[in-house]
Amino acid sequence: MKDWKETLLNPIFKGNPITVLVLGICSSLAVTVQLKGAFVMALSVIVVTGLSSFVVSLMRNSIPNRIRIIVQLVVVALMVILVDQVLKAYAYSISKTLSVYIGLIITNCIVMGRIEAYALGNKPLPSLLDGLANGAGYGLILVVVAFFRELLGSGTLFGFRIIPESFYGAGYMNNGLMILPPMALILLGCIIWIQRAIQKDLQEK
Amino acid sequence: MEYLSLFVKSIFVDNMIFAYFLGMCSYLAVSKNVKTATGLGVAVIFVLLVTLPINYLLNKYMLQPGALSWIGEQYAEIDLSFLSFIVFIAVIAAIVQIVEMVVEKFAPALYSSLGIFLPLIAVNCAILGGSLFMQERDYANLGEATVYALGSGIGWFLAIVALAAIREKMAYSHVPAPLKGLGITFITVGLMGIAFMTFMGIQL
Amino acid sequence: MNTNSNLYTVIYSTVLVVVVAAVLAFAAMSLKPRQDENVKIETITKVLSAATQSDNTVSIGDDTDVMAMYADKITDAFYVNGNGEKVGSMNTGKDNVKNIIVASTGDLKKQNDIIKQIEAGKTGLLASLKLPVYVFDINGEKVTVIPCYGAGLWGPIWGYIAVAADGRTIDGAIFDHKSETPGLGAKITEEPFYGQFKGKSFGEGETIFAVVKGGAKGASNGVDAISGATITSQALGNTINIWAKYYAPYLKASAEKTCCCGDECETAKAEEE
Repeated sequence: MKDWKETLLNPIFKGNPITVLVLGICSSLAVTVQLKGAFVMALSVIVVTGLSSFVVSLMRNSIPNRIRIIVQLVVVALMVILVDQVLKAYAYSISKTLSVYIGLIITNCIVMGRIEAYALGNKPLPSLLDGLANGAGYGLILVVVAFFRELLGSGTLFGFRIIPESFYGAGYMNNGLMILPPMALILLGCIIWIQRAIQKDLQEK
Repeated sequence: MEYLSLFVKSIFVDNMIFAYFLGMCSYLAVSKNVKTATGLGVAVIFVLLVTLPINYLLNKYMLQPGALSWIGEQYAEIDLSFLSFIVFIAVIAAIVQIVEMVVEKFAPALYSSLGIFLPLIAVNCAILGGSLFMQERDYANLGEATVYALGSGIGWFLAIVALAAIREKMAYSHVPAPLKGLGITFITVGLMGIAFMTFMGIQL
Repeated sequence: MNTNSNLYTVIYSTVLVVVVAAVLAFAAMSLKPRQDENVKIETITKVLSAATQSDNTVSIGDDTDVMAMYADKITDAFYVNGNGEKVGSMNTGKDNVKNIIVASTGDLKKQNDIIKQIEAGKTGLLASLKLPVYVFDINGEKVTVIPCYGAGLWGPIWGYIAVAADGRTIDGAIFDHKSETPGLGAKITEEPFYGQFKGKSFGEGETIFAVVKGGAKGASNGVDAISGATITSQALGNTINIWAKYYAPYLKASAEKTCCCGDECETAKAEEE
């Protein structure tokens, strides 16, 4: 039981795939301008990492070694296409704003990374959990970054106005810089700074 | 003239790294010194240049709605665009494999300097991202797609070499302990991104 | 079993490809109707919001039943060719909102390809154009919505322009794009830009409409470009200009026919009596 908890919680905080392992920053930071997009992106990544880890783990003893990477890519691509199709059917406006970034989950290192490092050597159920947890750890960072970018950049959260109009009357202004892509990276740098200040053992020499 | 404008734009304005964060994983992992960074950068340009035109043709004659009409009228209604992710990634993986074998056989010197990066590139978002942007932006002909591939490859190359040079110098500076390594790299990339945004208004 | 033999590898990959293809084909086919519906609703929303921009009482939000509203306000939807003749009609959904037919961006792209050929000199194709026209009745006023479609900076841009009964005055406009730069070219979808179109009108001659840098200087057939997005703005101006040119024969003819827009109409009616 303790093992399960470990598998589930470790990737979210201590071994967070983004801030500690530096995996999968690739594309998805571009979707953190608004919380809504980041949230859907996080959910999609959780589903894809979980399910593809599960499926690859089911197949792990039968995959021919020579075409291992391609088989994994095909499984991941399959999951991503399914997620993309479902989003297009049931959440059309969001899938439009995410555009190519859903497709880019395929090359998100986090998915392949977890398959190679965990799913190939473990039973399906723990692999599923590991995938879900890593997806969640990744999603958490996306949502945190998006929270600050939307709040400071547009004064809204999930599209609802949070900073009252009277503030703007008193001279408050949205920080236009927050909307621009580079701020996502700088925010991420700050998150890592905070995390490493707390967990001293993660600091690099 | 249009080609030139597209070329410059894809290098500077819509830089793969600074505007879209594509290929971040290897960008951060392989930018510790200029030499390896140059190797990876060249490999990315090369693979983009090969895969993007192929994917362009596949998209045009196989995946787009109505793309199959060259076979016969009755196929004009077929829409295979839902297969595009899987086709693109399969093409990329296959090409990378072939390129690796060819380079190993005919240019061992190049292989020893590029070799280790090639397998990494199959899962580099910049490559798949290039193909997906090409599909979304609906380039008019093969020439435009190729120019776009070359431009965005060079953009990626410039970005990684520049970062590697900065990181080499940064090794001598006093960075707060929790920011060392990854943290300061992120912030540096962010600042470089802001610098690159000055290109936004250019018009050719 | 030897999982490294060639035969095994080949069989394995064949089975995998077949299974994956089957799953994907099934998913794509079962979700396709819903996806198409979403695309259709989006187009309907765009057409409708262009048409109703002059009417302040109408607001279209996320929970508006746009299909019902469309069916309620539309009077006719059809295609015209480059000579202004009607060629075919679209279901307006009066009987059943599920049957509404609108021209998708894919259809617009095809027409744009034909227009490009005509521009290049193949004037014989004029009659084979099939440009969509949506005619609305907004509080008793006849409003005609015409689409336009062309290339922007990065990808396609398109839009819907509502024209009043005189065939020249613009009642409203709305635009969309695939991948213009966020914060610059992408601003064509925002109110400060498209709001400028209301009250402007199509001109005569070479420049029917223009999106001009540095201000339209009060010209009735132009609006201000978006600063920092010169290419998108110019492209949009050209697109509107070219499409309006091919709609002009129809708009002119229909304005003369209905002519319910002032004193002339009153006198015409009086004469008939």
